[in-house]
Amino acid sequence: MKINILAFGIAKDIINSSTLGLEISDGTTVGQLKAQLTSQFPDFEKLRSLSIAVNQEYQEDDFLLSEKDEIVIIPPVSGG
Amino acid sequence: MIDIQLKDTPLITQECVDYVASASAGGSTVFIGTVRNQTKGKPVLRLEFESYAPMAISEMRKIAEQAQAKWNCEKISIHHRVGVLDIGEIAVIIAVATPHRKAAFEACEYCIDTLKETVPIWKKEFFEDGEVWVAAHP
Repeated sequence: MKINILAFGIAKDIINSSTLGLEISDGTTVGQLKAQLTSQFPDFEKLRSLSIAVNQEYQEDDFLLSEKDEIVIIPPVSGG
Repeated sequence: MIDIQLKDTPLITQECVDYVASASAGGSTVFIGTVRNQTKGKPVLRLEFESYAPMAISEMRKIAEQAQAKWNCEKISIHHRVGVLDIGEIAVIIAVATPHRKAAFEACEYCIDTLKETVPIWKKEFFEDGEVWVAAHP
């Protein structure tokens, strides 16, 4: 299935865009997506943390992704 | 009662103070986070905050709800700025009103500490010789 991912902060610099279209297999988890992103863009490995938000909620590595999900790469936050 | 705002215009402390004012609250605390002029001795020219707005708002609301449940806060107001900020400008305001003062201090500290850990907002510092996303790397 095809998913569209949004990127913010340093994640935007790493993928050199604010959006990324990816082809992933059905049943892909958040953890597998992180692994795929890190192998495609090794700079993600240098970050202090890497989280994925699905439909505006943080999700753990075992969460299953669906085609219509709003998927966002969340690099280390630094608000306040 | 909870008031959460993410704004691209200057924040106004009095708005947060007025929001939490209550006849039954014996104390209110206000935390104001401002743009510092240096990081580790290196002069900072300005900052830029970027946010994933809908989630930033929902995460700030979650924090306020947690604080409200934990400390019996009557009212909480959290305003966060986005966009380009100059030195001295206000980045965040947190105001909390509780029946007794101790809870107001604790709840306010909880809100700012948790905000810095969970809310999807990113700070970029601009120096004379470049720019850095804050806290991105270990």
